[in-house]
Amino acid sequence: MTKLDAKIPEGPLAEKWTKYQASVKLVNPANKKNLDIIVVGAGAAGASAAASLAELGYNVKVYVFQDSSRRAHSIASQGGINATKNYKNDADSDYRLFYDMIKGGDFRAREANVYRAAEVSNNIIDQYVAQGVPFAREYSGYLANRSFGGVQVSRTFYAQGQTGQQCTLAAYQALSRQIKTGKAKIFTRRDMLDLVVIDGKARGIITRNLITGEIERHSAHAVVFATGGFGTVYYLSTLAINSNGSAALAAYKKGAFLANPSMAQIHPTCIPVLNDYQSKLTLMSESLRNDGRVWVPKEKGDKRPASGIKEEERDYYLERKYPAFGNLVPRDVASRAAKERCDEGYGVGDTGLAVYLDFKDAINEQGHDTIKGKYGTLFDLYKKVTGINPYKEPMRIYPASHYTMGGLWVDYNLMTTVPGLYAIGEANFSDHGANRLGASSLMQCSGDGYFILPVTIGDYLADQIKIPHISTDTSEFDEAEKAVKDKLNKLLSVKGTQTPTSFHKRLGHILWTYSGMKRNEEGLKKALLQVKELKEEFWKDVKVSGGLNELNHELEKAGRVADFFEIANLIIIDALNRKESCGAHFREEYQTPEGEAERDDKNYSYVATWEYTGENSVPELHKEDLVFEFVKPTKRSYK
Amino acid sequence: MNITLKIWRQKNKLDKGKFVTYKLDGVSSEMTFLEMLDYLNEKLIKEDADPIAFDSDCREGICGMCGLYINGRPNGPEKGVTTCQLSMSVFKDGDKITVEPWRSKAFPVIKDLVVDRNSFDKLIQVGGYISANTGAAPEANSIPVKKENAERAFDSGTCIGCGTCVAACKNASAMLFVSAKISQLALLPQGQVEARKRVIDMINEMDNLGFGNCSNTGACEAECPKEIKLTNIARLNREYLKAF
Repeated sequence: MTKLDAKIPEGPLAEKWTKYQASVKLVNPANKKNLDIIVVGAGAAGASAAASLAELGYNVKVYVFQDSSRRAHSIASQGGINATKNYKNDADSDYRLFYDMIKGGDFRAREANVYRAAEVSNNIIDQYVAQGVPFAREYSGYLANRSFGGVQVSRTFYAQGQTGQQCTLAAYQALSRQIKTGKAKIFTRRDMLDLVVIDGKARGIITRNLITGEIERHSAHAVVFATGGFGTVYYLSTLAINSNGSAALAAYKKGAFLANPSMAQIHPTCIPVLNDYQSKLTLMSESLRNDGRVWVPKEKGDKRPASGIKEEERDYYLERKYPAFGNLVPRDVASRAAKERCDEGYGVGDTGLAVYLDFKDAINEQGHDTIKGKYGTLFDLYKKVTGINPYKEPMRIYPASHYTMGGLWVDYNLMTTVPGLYAIGEANFSDHGANRLGASSLMQCSGDGYFILPVTIGDYLADQIKIPHISTDTSEFDEAEKAVKDKLNKLLSVKGTQTPTSFHKRLGHILWTYSGMKRNEEGLKKALLQVKELKEEFWKDVKVSGGLNELNHELEKAGRVADFFEIANLIIIDALNRKESCGAHFREEYQTPEGEAERDDKNYSYVATWEYTGENSVPELHKEDLVFEFVKPTKRSYK
Repeated sequence: MNITLKIWRQKNKLDKGKFVTYKLDGVSSEMTFLEMLDYLNEKLIKEDADPIAFDSDCREGICGMCGLYINGRPNGPEKGVTTCQLSMSVFKDGDKITVEPWRSKAFPVIKDLVVDRNSFDKLIQVGGYISANTGAAPEANSIPVKKENAERAFDSGTCIGCGTCVAACKNASAMLFVSAKISQLALLPQGQVEARKRVIDMINEMDNLGFGNCSNTGACEAECPKEIKLTNIARLNREYLKAF
């Protein structure tokens, strides 16, 4: 039944990548200059890939919708980046990181890819240090580490609460150097609106110049999507407000299978929703749970200020329920626990949709200055948003949409089911299973971009050297361009009464309610219907101001929202199909008596991938069975 | 609260542009400044008027995409915040708020409040990096870096490239931006090899791109949302002198 071949190399886990590299097809340096590669998106994954590919000698063209590739949302990653250096002498190893990720992902990720991610992790730290990333240091001058959720070693490298910024800028600078040499070319303020497939191979993209509105054609021998996640489908999220799912959807509609779209991470520590006008939610790094203690009052509906609630009246529920990991349980577990307490009426703040993250004990034990040194920028950020001083009062936090573990299905080469189309970083599905552990996103993005894709892409391009420059003057480009123009014109011609943003808000509300931290069949079916109705209403009543041939943010938004309906549909279909609970996907029907996720390995130990079958027809499910050769799936317990 | 907004409108790069006044009621002090503009835009769209174009992305003060002149100051009256982090609670009922784009020859206006800051990328492209090809790096701990130097390099490295420094400067100088990158890399042993060439190339490019000179008035430091220090410019000058 399956059309999926993951192309996992033979041999023992620890030797797969080495053996692969020894036998992978290569492109002669003289031939690389004749090969063009398009990279869409330039965050930590896209910029590092583009720079590394250009260094190898390929001609690289990079497309971003912002005014500069330095703005990509990897820049907002806070807490850190993992590597198995074992500088702490705490028995860390590639295997242990691999195991933590497999277990953290609730045994729904592919072993070979995850092991490789762990294997290249040390090279990433070396690379970033060489490129000038000012990671935190000990007094000795050597690199410092801290801990993150779901692990019992200290393997996270960090630059205060702005690790993503420092790493992304290093990759941006490496790309900038290649732009100056002419090996890479950057196209800023371009929205990628369609993928062009010729003779079954990815050969180009259609973009809209966001300043002039011009629809442009770009061709290449291979296309790389480094387009991030689609957590903004929930409307409020920790993502940048322009982050979107349109690239994933465009690829899906051109034959790339979308894997596990319902695996969406709801991050436990975000600043809660404050009002109706809010346009986004701000993340408070998971690293805060190293020292912060999470609690709610023991009494339901206790509205006294935190300072008035005595120690014995507080319920440190994570420490109570999960004594082995305490406040450092993985994100899915922490988010559900917060929701459970709030749903039961123990939540704090005006809305009752918040729990406390308290640093009182840490400040008493370690001193104000030490805590400031570790988290100063995060405390400042919290104070700026809420006006509350977290050195004096506990932070109020609540879960928010954050990361998509699901994404475009890729094989071991990071190639999608469309030959010549690659997906790297958050845009693919491969490494995080049903739940991502903290500080492993920067690691995966950078690993894919710097060290994995530049090797694996050669395997495909080696066969492309005889093909000269790809023309954009073909019927496939004509059709793709026409489809893009038709869609934009259609959006402008509805001339209804409701703005794209108002639709986006309503869509987000449906998904958050029925396909958020907890899901059940009845709710999901309701959501499926509601999304369908809302989509129909959108196409009848959306109001998009302005025209095609100008800078028009409303048109950009409208196109993204139109795509979000389809992404939402896929999320719900996927969540309905998976009749088990695993990681972030929690189906209320499938839980243990203690309310923990109940996995069904017998029936659902597979990656659910979805194939587009037409505008109004149901997508077809293809399963990639997950074979666990090296670890034995066990009950995932953090107690 | 009710406020009156005087906002710069400009159709495109060639248009002359003008201020347009909008009365806006129902503004909540809980909104951020940009959420207030979102609210105004939703209203304008409903009234068949053209919404105001402005840039923003992360909305948490790290991507550097936003940035507006508000009542004659970059990012408004609060210290150490980007425009997206500015809260409407700093304004009161009846306030008149003037909103302009960054004004600098090196940052031409694209539309309304949206400007082209591509010149910042060009500055980085001529030398704001360490030329370490992928794969060429030695073991990360093979070169110890003094903790205090790593921390100072980090402080310089936190620049978000928003352009506030240029907008605040009466000369439209990019010295603070350039000096932050020069300082970050000069404070690290890895940045030493190319230090001389880097500083010369970046300074030359700064002049080529039409940025003005630095006359040490310190407006950049006073307005920088990331509070990048003027000492970076002192270090830049030292690095520049050392380069000859």
